[in-house]
Amino acid sequence: MDLLSQYGPALLRGFGYTVLCWALGTVFGMALGLVIALLRHYGPRWLCWVLQVYIEVIRGTPFLVQLFVLYYGGPLIGLRLDALPAGLLGLTIYGSPYFAEIFRAGFRAVPLGQLEAARAIGMTEAAIVRRILLPLSLVSALPALINFSIILTKETVILSIITVPELMYQVSRMSTETFRYVEANLVLALFFWGLVEAISRLGRRFEARITKHLIERT
Amino acid sequence: MQASAVEIRNVNKFYGPFQALKDVDLSVPAGKVTCLIGPSGSGKSTLLRCINFLEEYDSGEIRIDGRLIGYDAPGRKMSGRALREMRRSIGMVFQQFNLWPHMSARENVAEGLIRVRGLSKTEAGARAAEALAKVGLADKMDNHPSRLSGGQQQRVAIARAIAMEPRLMLFDEPTSALDPELVGEVLTVMKTLAAEGMTMVVVTHEMGFAAHVADRVAFMERGELVAADTPDRILHQPQDPRIQSFLRTYHERNSF
Repeated sequence: MDLLSQYGPALLRGFGYTVLCWALGTVFGMALGLVIALLRHYGPRWLCWVLQVYIEVIRGTPFLVQLFVLYYGGPLIGLRLDALPAGLLGLTIYGSPYFAEIFRAGFRAVPLGQLEAARAIGMTEAAIVRRILLPLSLVSALPALINFSIILTKETVILSIITVPELMYQVSRMSTETFRYVEANLVLALFFWGLVEAISRLGRRFEARITKHLIERT
Repeated sequence: MQASAVEIRNVNKFYGPFQALKDVDLSVPAGKVTCLIGPSGSGKSTLLRCINFLEEYDSGEIRIDGRLIGYDAPGRKMSGRALREMRRSIGMVFQQFNLWPHMSARENVAEGLIRVRGLSKTEAGARAAEALAKVGLADKMDNHPSRLSGGQQQRVAIARAIAMEPRLMLFDEPTSALDPELVGEVLTVMKTLAAEGMTMVVVTHEMGFAAHVADRVAFMERGELVAADTPDRILHQPQDPRIQSFLRTYHERNSF
């Protein structure tokens, strides 16, 4: 109980940072992934190739290494970031290729005819993307998007390495100061489990909403 | 001399080494119904899709009301804006309906009016309701496509096209994906349109529709336009052996 009163506020604060990093990292990563997917879909061939290389490089290297390069290597090229912005940028970059591939798969699942119908009445490509392509690709991409968002919750612990004061960081401090490794990590696990549970519930509710009208009545 | 809504001259289309359209010539008279018939793979749908440039033809000319579609000059493609502007006045109905499943019937019809014609949501909604009433679906306006039968979906698709007030309507096998008992309701709507003087080009396997509604019937085989004439002369007194053999197969399959 002493432990809780002593470390409770720090743990809660840490959890707050964890949720913040996860939420912003997911939103920015998804946005960047979407931009990449759209550029690969509509852009010139050379750009498609460049983005393919980006995807391969980011997917092919560990997040920890990317974060080190960004945080400790960044200043060498004049990119001097505090821990938190560096962590958020790192998460965004790390997640973007996975999100891009999920969106690409979503685009491919939209029947060509539904896009042709929009072209045939003279809609602009921008309107087609916004009104037809995105909403329809979201239907098939949503489970994978939620799945990867859940994976990202657990990647946030790596931000502790560059001293972002999130939950893992606080838990490490607590355990090195008190030697209560088991309790500290149990708390960590419980927090994450709760977060993931909440995300998947929200995800299912959202999924039910957007697919409401899409089930064929037989 | 009758005005042509669509003039097709020497159109060729290749898929790699395969020639899908061979020197096709066809005039589509304004205010009339022209049916394209022929065996599958003969290029009917390809030709139809070239008319609104969903399919790019490689050489020749297709003119809509005198204006070349798809190209500014031979070999130089027209801008996306110019093409969209031309497509606004060409309605298209697809074999697979291609309604947008995340929108209600009314939203499907209103979408083009809002995004392309720039109407307000209320105005577009009212026009959409009118168009849906015209195809007999006033009571199904708020249903999503998943809650509509195939025939109803195709009628929504027709409403979506006519709400844009096109000068020309293209139908790509509009009844081929329908259960036999649902074909009639779609053909009825098409007959009404024809009676109102809409210029229509219809790719179809419904010989009855071609015989009774079409003003002209064009027969295609292997990418060639074999003949274009009155329904009677194509369907009842065909001269070309290819048409005779096609009709023989058709009659055999439909007799019992």
